[in-house]
Amino acid sequence: MSRKLLLKNAHIEGIETYEVYRKNGGYASTEKALKMTPEKIVEEVQKSGLRGRGGAGFPTGMKWSFLAKPDGIPRYLVVNADESEPGTFKDRFLMEKIPHLLIEGMINSCFALGANVGHIFIRGEYMWIVDILEKAIAEAKSNGWLGKNILKSGYDCEIYVTPGAGAYICGEETALLEALEGKRGNPRNKPPFPAVKGLYQCPTVVNNVETIAAVVPIIELGGEEYAKIGIGKSTGTKLISASGNINKPGIYEIELGMKMEEFIYSDEWLGGIPKGKRMKACIPGGSSMPILPNYLVTKTANGEDRLFSYEGLNDGGFESGTMLGSGGFMLYDEDQCIVRNTWNFSRFYHHESCGQCSPCREGTGWLEKVLHKIENGHGTMSDIDLLWDIQKSIDGNTICPLGEAAAWPVAAALRHFRDEFEWHVKNPQLCMSQNFGMHTYADARPIKVAQA
Amino acid sequence: MVKVTESPEKPKFKSETMQEVQRITAQYPEGKQKSAILRVLHLAQAEFGGWLSVNTMNYVAEILNLRPIEVYEVASFYSMYNLKPVGKYMLEFCHTATCATMGVESLIDYTCKKLGIKTGETTADGLFTIKEVECLGACGYAPMLQLGKSYREHLTPEKIDALIDELKAKG
Repeated sequence: MSRKLLLKNAHIEGIETYEVYRKNGGYASTEKALKMTPEKIVEEVQKSGLRGRGGAGFPTGMKWSFLAKPDGIPRYLVVNADESEPGTFKDRFLMEKIPHLLIEGMINSCFALGANVGHIFIRGEYMWIVDILEKAIAEAKSNGWLGKNILKSGYDCEIYVTPGAGAYICGEETALLEALEGKRGNPRNKPPFPAVKGLYQCPTVVNNVETIAAVVPIIELGGEEYAKIGIGKSTGTKLISASGNINKPGIYEIELGMKMEEFIYSDEWLGGIPKGKRMKACIPGGSSMPILPNYLVTKTANGEDRLFSYEGLNDGGFESGTMLGSGGFMLYDEDQCIVRNTWNFSRFYHHESCGQCSPCREGTGWLEKVLHKIENGHGTMSDIDLLWDIQKSIDGNTICPLGEAAAWPVAAALRHFRDEFEWHVKNPQLCMSQNFGMHTYADARPIKVAQA
Repeated sequence: MVKVTESPEKPKFKSETMQEVQRITAQYPEGKQKSAILRVLHLAQAEFGGWLSVNTMNYVAEILNLRPIEVYEVASFYSMYNLKPVGKYMLEFCHTATCATMGVESLIDYTCKKLGIKTGETTADGLFTIKEVECLGACGYAPMLQLGKSYREHLTPEKIDALIDELKAKG
């Protein structure tokens, strides 16, 4: 049985209420934190090895240490709850089920950063969770965990919730800050980074919901103990949103480093694939991350067990690996069409591009159109190479990572499933009525050299 | 090009909504009331017929002390704001990623046929609009749709039938 840190109490009835949460040890970490110095808390988070859980995996302690501390200027903690990466629904679960865990983590983190205000920016579609969070904040406040002079420590803290209104781009931290300031969600040029000039041009830390929630067990256990959980530089636990052709979709908390094989096939976890079908492909980290063909999901290119961790998934780089990303795990069985799926993703990125940078604004549209053409039996062989060229022209040429997010899934699909694209071109009639299936992907086989 | 549509009447928030607006604006520092705009636009859309007319946006600009263009540019950026009239019930189907894997396309077709409209259209009685939207964060419970503040998940044709009956009965 894997260790649970964030969801250990998620099954308890009424855990969303203050009384039940407190009775089960809630806010103990805040009692402890307010007796520590802010510097000591930052040190513990650094020691814990916690990495950002929103997708980038940047070390949280290091991000905190960059926060500028000029005199007389307020600092802010902003929680990124704009969960919009296709395949990801973990923060929603956490906020719905255990809202107080996020609030507890925020109080600890605000104290550590010297911030007196924390903002939660949540995607507008999660409007009912705004109510849940505001109710929890009011409960925390009336019980003395927020407001003035918390636990007579002399420390003041307020938490507010701001809903977005439907824009994937606002998950990018500087676009999020723009939205929180009441503007269009166009990402900012960096530098300056938010740690120096963030919300209202003040020093700001932006962290994902799950990252801030993890600060609770880090303070409870101590950074060193937390770092013992997991594997290597992938410390602690990670929430995985599992969906697609699996027997048990839902939210799972894994100890980083578990075997992919076990996660997918054991009954304790996803319980395998329905109707006795075979796995064709898997994206373990959300739609922006490279897709893997079945023979690279449970094993690496070297034939070793593939581990569910930052390094484990990255094993083989872009040639034969992927990334942990947000933990938006999606599995495809043999009946799924890779071309159609890639087109679906490209349509998403085209819709969500903010339009500031031309490689992304134009490129995502071209990707969508060319993929649509191939999927509908009108493609040519040169269209496949064109797709490769377009994604390369986007990658690395934009202000924010949405460009890469749009390019990588296309690159990986071409890298691993080029024969399926070619089959679409060669069989324009057939591809409308029939699926390519997986006749060449059934078994593990040596990896192909990536297209140059 | 985003086109905005005119509506004749001048809107005014109910007094309890106005209190809510004041509570929201008080969350941001002095001079930063613009931060309240996204939420106030949600309130305005909910109260004034499910969409944002120019009059509604001008009204929001007035109460937040902004120039109207600041409201227009925000309202036209975010996909949840409707800049033209919509049906009383907006059935917003997620068509991305796992929802597509799990067969949302056939459900959308089913619903369109049932209501006799295409996606993006509104029924003649003004009750239903069908819209396709991008990932709503419910992948584990796909296929799904959003209806106002709630999610309807693990959808089947039977559940669509029941939902439409329920909404028609409500009127």
